Amino acid sequence: MNALRRGLSSTVVQAFLVVIALVWMTPLAGLFLSSLRSAEETAEGGWWTVFTSPGQLSFENYSALLGNSGITQAFWNTVLISVPTTVLVVVVAALAGYAFAWLDFPGRDAVFLLVVALLVVPVQIGLLPVAKLFGQLGLFGTIPGVVLFHVAYGLPFAVFLLRNYFAEMPKEMLEAARMDGGSEWRIFTRLVLPVGRPAIASLAIFQFLWVWNDMLVALLFADSSAQPLTVQLQSQIRQFGSNVDVLAPGAFLSLVVPVVVFFAFQRHFVQGVMAGSVK
Amino acid sequence: MTATLVKEASPPTPRHPGSARGRRLRRRGRVIALLFVLPALLLLGALVVYPVLFSVGRSFFDASGTTFVGGENYTEMFRDPATLKAIRNTAIWVVVAPTLLTGLGLILAVLVEKIRWATAFKLLLFMPMAVSFLAAGIIFRLAYDEDPDKGVLNAAVVSVHDAFQGSSSYPTARARDGEGLTKGADGSYATGADVSPGGPAAALGLVGVAPKDLPGDAEPAAAAAAGKAGPDEVRGVVYLDFTPGGGGEPGAVDRSEKGLPGVTVEAVRDGDPVARTTTAADGSFRFAGLDSGSYALKLPSANFAAPYDGISWLGPALVTPAIIGAYLWIWTGFAMVLIGAGLAALPRDALEAARMDGANEWQIFRRITVPLLAPVLTVVFVTLVINVMKVFDLVYIIAPGPVQEDATVLATQMWLVSFGGGNNQGLGSALGVLLLLLVVPAMVFNVRRFRRSQR
Repeated sequence: MNALRRGLSSTVVQAFLVVIALVWMTPLAGLFLSSLRSAEETAEGGWWTVFTSPGQLSFENYSALLGNSGITQAFWNTVLISVPTTVLVVVVAALAGYAFAWLDFPGRDAVFLLVVALLVVPVQIGLLPVAKLFGQLGLFGTIPGVVLFHVAYGLPFAVFLLRNYFAEMPKEMLEAARMDGGSEWRIFTRLVLPVGRPAIASLAIFQFLWVWNDMLVALLFADSSAQPLTVQLQSQIRQFGSNVDVLAPGAFLSLVVPVVVFFAFQRHFVQGVMAGSVK
Repeated sequence: MTATLVKEASPPTPRHPGSARGRRLRRRGRVIALLFVLPALLLLGALVVYPVLFSVGRSFFDASGTTFVGGENYTEMFRDPATLKAIRNTAIWVVVAPTLLTGLGLILAVLVEKIRWATAFKLLLFMPMAVSFLAAGIIFRLAYDEDPDKGVLNAAVVSVHDAFQGSSSYPTARARDGEGLTKGADGSYATGADVSPGGPAAALGLVGVAPKDLPGDAEPAAAAAAGKAGPDEVRGVVYLDFTPGGGGEPGAVDRSEKGLPGVTVEAVRDGDPVARTTTAADGSFRFAGLDSGSYALKLPSANFAAPYDGISWLGPALVTPAIIGAYLWIWTGFAMVLIGAGLAALPRDALEAARMDGANEWQIFRRITVPLLAPVLTVVFVTLVINVMKVFDLVYIIAPGPVQEDATVLATQMWLVSFGGGNNQGLGSALGVLLLLLVVPAMVFNVRRFRRSQR
């Protein structure tokens, strides 16, 4: 009787979770199928009609998308923004993280507490002042401007994460290296960076996705020649409303990179997101 | 979570304390250390710390930035209906979204332990975290589309509704004037009370149905219209009184004219319906076992009701819950994975002991799992609150233009006021400062937790 009940309840749990899984997959499946249908077919019925008439599916929207210079330009801009940002954040934060963990300078702990406090500062508060600053420096509207803003707002978390990871290194290891007369720079590049690789990987993946997916910062700081995919697609929405034959493949193009990164590095990604949860 | 990564670190001890060489070395060490932190400090100082101070100062000046207005912008915030709406909506978000997410995450984290494909399930639910708010916004904009032929949600709602309520087959149909059917006040059509059992088949002609809207199984009605009724029977046919290509005679069942299947017909005697049936593929219907006398035939209004259109998800009333729904899609996996990690760290003995004592699953969940998980649940909840406060992209993308002001939250309102036409950077800065003030408790929480971990 008990076994029967347990078996029954496990079947119910299974069924419930299958339903949840289907519900979670439907939005993405819908987007993908929508992206494979022409404007006329979209006007006539929803994407679920492909199950009865699969002849609608074609990659024409995607080839049109590749011929759309606004979109391809925006795709490259996204790469040109997110890759340098990621590299810069990792380098600057690793240097600072090492100094905060193992080097001595006046006010070190107080400054680090300030960094911890900056973890939750919303980017919104920086938009207006930095826009003015960049305007004076000629950076407003440019890709380097967008990158610098992202780097600055990525730093508190990055420094925090790496400092804490580096601090876990055994003291003897560093002292031995110092005894051998290695310069701090040498110790940093030969010892600290290799040891810190897991944390650096998590940080890099998290930071890359964060910036790749950003819209708000680029919406303000990127002019039309510097805008990434997210901004380009939202301006399509503003101009034309829901023209599914452009929006659906565009959105799919913008999410395919992060999703591939997610599946390739899922463990690092999950760790990065979990560590970043205080942000 | 981060606290677990924090361990004690100590500065390097100078090897030659006191000596001149030691002092020189120490100074050199400090210079090197400063070179290591300098890039980070410059960027943080110029682009984070300075802007915070600037915004605080700017928030005390008017739109042009020349006149000092004191707390004017802060009182304005609670007077201006649009900002007030934003504050209210943000409050709704902050209460509803983290609560639902933590609850859902907890339930799924407990349930997923019972299945074999737990890893696949977790991956699937976590994946939306990798998708941008913009892409998620587009996805849900499409899903919430009001037209049931476009939006999957309304397609589902309408098909469920029609399955239970039945759908009206011919919303556009009507009868020609003076051809036997008169329209009732409620939208129904009825004949006069002149139909008797055993009489000739009644021909009820309708127009206004486009040939492409006819059901595929509709058959010509002429044969049925010529049929004879038995002594206690009323027969008839409901047909489309229109000959494609022309040539038909109004009021008569011409050879090519088709029956209307699925129409509800009632036989009415002295004002009360006594029998009810539905037409067949050729539009024919038949009432058997009627007492003799005269009847009226009635086509009830349900046949002609406007179709059910589903729910206006992105209308002013439901737009915020709808966007919160999209937010759940993105963040549930996060809550589930974090809580799941907490579950895995629970002491197995406590659970086993409770099971041995005969506690059922629900008691274990209520009395043991949830209390032990409280710290993890708090971290998840706080994290979600911080993130929900800053929600911007989803609202900006999903809410259609005219509904934008019903859906507005602090972050979108701040954007609108500062850059999107409002152009009042004094008020915009004040809203930014309000956002910052709202996360100050989290800031204090982080600093405290960090300092405790350092002792």
